[in-house]
Amino acid sequence: MNTIAERIYDFLKDFPPFNMLDRNQLFSISEAVEVGYFEKDQALFKIDQPIENHFYVVKNGAIGLYTDQGIIVDECDEGDIFGLRALLRKDNYILDAIAIEESIVYSISSELLEEYITTNSEASRFLMTSFISNTKQLESDTSTIVSSEFTNLQSVDYSKNPVTCTIDTTIQSAAQTMTDKRIGSIIIEKDAKPIGIITDKDLRIKIATGRFSISESVSKIMSSPVITYPESTTVAEAQIAMLKHQITHLCITEDGTANSKLTGILSEHDIIVLRENSASSLVKEIKRSKDILQLREIRAQAEKLLKRYLEQDLPIEFAAKLISTINDVITQKIIDSAIIQQGTNPPTEFAWLAIGSQGRQEQLLMTDQDNALVYEDVSDDKKEATKTYFLNLAKQINKDLETVGFELCPADMMGSNPKWCLSVSEWNLQFNRWITMPDQDNLMLCTIFFDYEHVYGSKTLIEKLSQSIFKSIENHDIFLTYLGRNALQNPPPLSFFRQFLVEESGEHKNQFDIKARSMMPLVDAARLLILSHNIKSINNTVERFKKLVELEPQNKDIYLFCIEAYKDLLWFRTEQGLHNSDSGRFIDVQSLSKLNRLKLKRSFKAVKLVQELIQTRFKLSQLM
Amino acid sequence: MNWFKRKTYPEFWQNYVANFKESKHHKLKDIRFIVFDTETTGLNTKEDRILSIGCVGIENFKIKIADQLECYVMQEHFNADTVKIHGLLKEGTLSKLEEEEAIIQFLDFVKNAVLVAHHAAFDVTMINNALKRMQLPKLKNKVLDTGHLFQKTKLDTTKEHFGLDELSKRFNIPLHDRHTASGDAYITAVLFLKLLAILNKNDDLTLKDLLRSHKRIGLL
Repeated sequence: MNTIAERIYDFLKDFPPFNMLDRNQLFSISEAVEVGYFEKDQALFKIDQPIENHFYVVKNGAIGLYTDQGIIVDECDEGDIFGLRALLRKDNYILDAIAIEESIVYSISSELLEEYITTNSEASRFLMTSFISNTKQLESDTSTIVSSEFTNLQSVDYSKNPVTCTIDTTIQSAAQTMTDKRIGSIIIEKDAKPIGIITDKDLRIKIATGRFSISESVSKIMSSPVITYPESTTVAEAQIAMLKHQITHLCITEDGTANSKLTGILSEHDIIVLRENSASSLVKEIKRSKDILQLREIRAQAEKLLKRYLEQDLPIEFAAKLISTINDVITQKIIDSAIIQQGTNPPTEFAWLAIGSQGRQEQLLMTDQDNALVYEDVSDDKKEATKTYFLNLAKQINKDLETVGFELCPADMMGSNPKWCLSVSEWNLQFNRWITMPDQDNLMLCTIFFDYEHVYGSKTLIEKLSQSIFKSIENHDIFLTYLGRNALQNPPPLSFFRQFLVEESGEHKNQFDIKARSMMPLVDAARLLILSHNIKSINNTVERFKKLVELEPQNKDIYLFCIEAYKDLLWFRTEQGLHNSDSGRFIDVQSLSKLNRLKLKRSFKAVKLVQELIQTRFKLSQLM
Repeated sequence: MNWFKRKTYPEFWQNYVANFKESKHHKLKDIRFIVFDTETTGLNTKEDRILSIGCVGIENFKIKIADQLECYVMQEHFNADTVKIHGLLKEGTLSKLEEEEAIIQFLDFVKNAVLVAHHAAFDVTMINNALKRMQLPKLKNKVLDTGHLFQKTKLDTTKEHFGLDELSKRFNIPLHDRHTASGDAYITAVLFLKLLAILNKNDDLTLKDLLRSHKRIGLL
C-alpha cells in the first residue's frame, strides 16, 4: 500500500515518456521517486557541476535552463523533463537549472531510467529525439514569435511619384492630366504640401452632373483637407484608415501630417491588389447589398477573411478593427433599411450603440449581439409614441442582425429591450443610479454599458451621455473604488504552481475559461484606469492601454505588457473559436502547443501586475 | 520502583532502542526525518485509537517516496462520527493489522529518525499510549512540529495554532488525499521542506535551532 506513490503515478502517467510505460513499470518508478522543493532563484544544478545520479521532472512551478551567459534556453513546467542530457552522455551539466518560481521537482534515478525507460523502445526514442531537438526547437520557436509580430507590418508599397497640380489649375486641365497619365486621382499641392485631392468620383458627382463648370478652379471640387499618413504606414493601417474615413486614397507625407512634404499616394486599388477579397471590398459589397440574406453571406465571407488573417499572422488588433468595421457597416445598412420599413422617419434624433465587446471593437467572432438605443428627449405628450417607434425599430434591427448571424443576446441586452431603449435623460438617470448604487448587478451593467460605441445616428447624443457619466462619477468618487474591487474579482488565473485554473465541473470541465479568467480582468482594468483619467472616448482595450502608457509613463512597462498580453489572448480566443466554431471562450489547455501555453501563461503575469497596481492605487486592501 | 516495568523488553524494542546508540548526525542534510500522521477514531488521546499510520522519509531535503510506511489498524473501539472524516470503516477492504503489530512495524521503520508531524503532540501521544498498552516506554525519537516551525518563521503571529489546511493553502500545497494518514504525511512533508527553506535562508540551520522552543527564540 503506497498512497503517495499512487498520486505520483497519477501525475506522471499523463506525460511522455511515462505514458509509454506499462502500469507496473511506471508504478515501480513512482514508488522510488524523490521529491524536492526549490525556492525561487534556487539552483538545481550549475554548469560544469558533475552529474547527479538522476534526472528531473517538474511537478509544480517552472525551472529555467540558462547558458553561461544567462540566456534562457528552455523553461520547463509541469511534466517537462530536464537534466537528462548529462545523464545519458555521462557528462557534466552544460546549463544552469534555476527555479524561476517556487517549484516542486521529482528526481528519478539513472537506475530507474535504465531499467524501465531505456529498455522501452518507444520511450527511449522519445527521450532521444526530445533531448536532441529541445534546444533547436526553442530557437526556431523564438524566431517565429519575432517574425510573426512583424509580418504585415512592413510598409505599404505606394506610388512614389504622385501626380499633382496647383490650386489655380482648372478642373478641365486637371482632368486632362489624369486622363493622360491614366490615373484615378490628382493631388492639389501648395508649397509641396498636399491640401486637397480630386478623384474620378468627384468628376462624376460634381462635374458630370453639371453642378460645377469645368472652367472653375480645382479648389471648388477638391476634397480638403486630405487624410495623410507617414511613409512607414503598414498595409493594415492604411486599410483601416480608408475604412474609417470612407475614402479611397491616402496621401503619404514625410512626417505623416499635412504640413510636410508630399511623398506619395496610396489608393485603395493598391491595397486591393495586395489583398484579394479584402475587407474594403466586403464593405463595398455590404453597401451594394440588396437584402439581408446577402448580408449574411458577406458576414460569412468576413469570417473566412478573418481566418486567413490569423493564418497570415496579421496583428490581431488590426483584424479586430477590420471585423468590427464590417460589423458596423452591416449594422448601419440594416438600420437604414429598418427605418424605411417603419414607414415613417424617426420622430427625433437617435443613436444606435454597440456595447460590451462590440463596443470595445474586440468582437471578432460571431457571438451574440449586445446593443442599445438612445433618443433625444421629447415633450411629455410625445413620449409614449416616441418610445413605441424606437422599440419597434430596434426590434426590427435586432431581428435582422439575427438573420445575418448575430444571435440574440440571451441576457436581452439589446435595443429592443425597453430597459435599453431610452431617451438621453432616462439614460442619464440610469447611469447615475448605477454609479450611486454600485451593487453587484449595477457594477456588472456598468462594465457592459460603459463600453459603448456609436454605430449609427447622432453623435451629439452620445457625447451628452458621456458627459453625464463623468459628472456622476465625479460626484461619487467612491464609485471608482467599487469598480476597482470589481476589476480584481478574477485574480491571475494560474495557481501558484503554474497550473491553469481550469473549470472544475460542468460542460467545460477541465477547460480553461479564457474570457472570464484572463481577458475580462484586463478589460476591466483598462476601463477602470481610463475612466479614472476622465476619458470616455476610447473603448478598445489595447487603445486604452496605449493611452495609459502616454498618461502614466511611470507605469509604461506594465501597460505595454498588458497590451501584448491582451493581443495574445484575443488571438487565442479567436483562433480557438474559429477552430471549434464556437465563442472560443473555453480552451482545452492540453491542446495548446508548448509555446502557446507559455504565451498564455505570460499573459497572466500582466493580469497580476495590473491588478497589483489597481489594488495600490485605489487602496483596495482595506475594502477586500 | 520498577515492578511495573518489565525486566526484559521484547526484541523489537531492544532493536529500536539500539538505533539510538549510533553516533548522531548534526548536519540537517544528513538527518533522516520521518514525517508521519495518524488517523484516529477521535481526538481523545485516552479513549480513541489509531486507525492508520502514514509515514514518509526525508533525507538531504528530498522526500523519499520509497522510504515509506502505511498501515491500517483493526479496531475494537470504533467511533462512527469520525468515519465521515477519514473514510475508514471498521470492517473495510484494506488489509489491517493488530495495533501491536502496527506499532512494531512503526518502530522498526522509524528507527532513530527525527519525527515530524503537524501538531505532533497529538500523534506522539497516540503512539505513546499504544506503547503504554503494550507496557513499553515512550518513543525515544526527537520530534519536530510543523505548527511550531511555522511560528518560528514569524510569517503570521496573529495566532498560535494553524491547521494543516490553512498552512497548505498559504503555501500553495495541493490537498490531495487529505485525511488519509499517508496523504497528510505527504502534505506535511512538503510543508516541512518549505518551512526548512524559509528558516534555512543562510544555510546554517541546525537541528538544535529547530528543536528549540520558538518562544525562547523570541526572547533572544
